[in-house]
Amino acid sequence: MEVQMKDVTMQFNNITAVDRMNVTIEDGELVSMLGPSGCGKSTTLFMLAGLYKPTAGEIFFGDRLVNKIEPEHREIGMVFQNYALYPHLSVLKNIMFPLKMRKVSKGEAEELAREMAKLVQIDHLLDRKPGQLSGGQQQRVAIARALVKKPKILLLDEPLSNLDARLRLEMREEIRRIQQEVKITTIFVTHDQEEAMSISDKILLMKDGKFQQFCPPQEMYDHPENEFVASFLGSPPINLFPASLMDNLKDVSISGTNDVITLSSPLKEGMDPARQVTLGIRPEDFYIETDEKKQGILGKTIMVERIGRDNLLNVEVQNKTVRAIVSPDLRIERGDVVKLGILPERAHLFAVHTGENLLDSKLR
Amino acid sequence: MQREALSKGFVYTLLIIGGLLMILPFVWMISTSLKAPNEVMIMPPKWIPDIFHWDNYVTAWTMAPFARYTLNSLVVVIASTIGELITTILAAYAFSRINFYGRDIAFAVLLGTMMVPGEVLLIPNFVTLANLGWIDQYEALIIPWLASIFSIFLLRQFFLSIPKELSFAAKIDGCSDFRFLWSIMVPLAKPALITIALLKAIGSWNAFLWPLIVTSSENMRTLPVGLTSFSTDAGTMYELLMAASTMIILPMIILYIILQKYIIEGVARAGIKG
Ligand SMILES: Nc1ncnc2c1ncn2[C@@H]1O[C@H](COP(=O)(O)OP(=O)(O)OP(=O)(O)O)[C@@H](O)[C@H]1O
Ligand SMILES: [Mg+2]
Repeated sequence: MEVQMKDVTMQFNNITAVDRMNVTIEDGELVSMLGPSGCGKSTTLFMLAGLYKPTAGEIFFGDRLVNKIEPEHREIGMVFQNYALYPHLSVLKNIMFPLKMRKVSKGEAEELAREMAKLVQIDHLLDRKPGQLSGGQQQRVAIARALVKKPKILLLDEPLSNLDARLRLEMREEIRRIQQEVKITTIFVTHDQEEAMSISDKILLMKDGKFQQFCPPQEMYDHPENEFVASFLGSPPINLFPASLMDNLKDVSISGTNDVITLSSPLKEGMDPARQVTLGIRPEDFYIETDEKKQGILGKTIMVERIGRDNLLNVEVQNKTVRAIVSPDLRIERGDVVKLGILPERAHLFAVHTGENLLDSKLR
Repeated sequence: MQREALSKGFVYTLLIIGGLLMILPFVWMISTSLKAPNEVMIMPPKWIPDIFHWDNYVTAWTMAPFARYTLNSLVVVIASTIGELITTILAAYAFSRINFYGRDIAFAVLLGTMMVPGEVLLIPNFVTLANLGWIDQYEALIIPWLASIFSIFLLRQFFLSIPKELSFAAKIDGCSDFRFLWSIMVPLAKPALITIALLKAIGSWNAFLWPLIVTSSENMRTLPVGLTSFSTDAGTMYELLMAASTMIILPMIILYIILQKYIIEGVARAGIKG
């Protein structure tokens, strides 16, 4: 089912947890909600679930306005960060619980619950109590319980945060598999950007209750709307240089150096020129420039580290460390002065005050 | 290693002494209950009577209408325990889970009343009950004891330790407030509830002052009040009093032994979550 938020706002006393959220999530999409701690992810989810009533704005499921509809009538399934299984009930009873509340006959409920348990591969654990399960198994029970009533929307609040790295990897594949198997609109809260990048159709990035960007992961990575989005995604993070835009609106001079970079993408229309800017370059968008005449950023190598097939260089520019991931074909030693070239169309330019991306780099 | 053994030995010695001190009055009670009247007060005290007077128990039981007292005690204990459980569960749920106007102030006021010594309330309560015309009836023995702030506080703390996501999950699953309370919170709180019920039952079974004040007829007396039958103008018949006391205490000890594993669990859990 399609989910639409129109100017949705949630206010607690004097804290605005969510500020005028406008997003439309299409039917069958898996959307990751991403952002730093306290940015309003859980609050947004609780509003979609109907557990919190928004202070302002409208929420639509399909074309039905659901603001006044109670959680049990919203046809949602939810998995909580701490799973929230009923501790005194067996796994089977936990999964049957939503059906029992809907007065489904016992036999039928049990059959459906067993079916769902099989889907999440816990059908051998049905008689145990939640306390006797591992974190990953509990989570699957929680997913089964959320799915058993055949909801139209699945809400997952940091379901993987308590798991160890390997189990996490396994479980997120699992969630993706189940989601595609039952083709259900899914909203998945996480603050792990790598997790969001790997499983979602789209990412919804938030900061301080404010919506930042909503688009497919790769697009968000390549075309961040603002400096925050650019620096939130990517590891090692994007390199940021204070710089100024020159009068021709094509050249950027990096503050404190003689280095000038000519932009290969045009500025957005209607930008007012000659302003202080921040130049952003991702580590993997650098290469080692050997041609004397070409542009680049000069710096002294302070560390060389082999990571997989590439080399990670730490280069000192203006007393700041710039990280570059470059091909190891060219031998570089600690202490070498290198010129870091920038791959075409890979530079990002942000306004200093608003953080807004100034380049019109979208491939339309 | 040796120091550890030594300190362990010390702790055990201390605990054994403590245990003996606790059990001493009970041993003395049973010992006295088996004595002949002339053995009770002699010096030096005699721990083991020459002849075991088991007949004291029969005499004690038949001297006063103990069957009636037992019935009264049972009615009062059962009714006030069940009543207190109901009020406690409902109040603790409201104070921990429902957001209503003035909730925290109301709770603070309730806690404040715990500072008022019970004796102060004897007379106002008596007057109130007299005006209601309940004196010397079951109402007077039961109704003032149907709620306990302490129990509400205990259970509320327990309820607060249950994550709110559990109620969110239940709400999404289509569970009403009442249903959630009954089929999820109450089963989870079983150890706390058993502790509360047991403390209440023991307190109510042993209650003396209040039943003495609000009952006047033989028919409404409870067991502890019934014990006064052994004190007459001619003096107190200690051996019979002790025999009756032993009989009265026995059911509570049995109840405690049956339920003690829950009590310990309840207290231990309260400690961890504290
Ligand atoms: N019930 C509440 N009462 C008051 N303030 C709240 C309440 N719930 C959340 N907040 C505040 O709203 C803001 C957003 O909280 P929220 O739980 O949605 O963050 P989050 O993005 O889920 O964070 P995290 O990643 O740490 O889970 C925070 O500043 C938080 O303190
Ligand atoms: Mg959260």
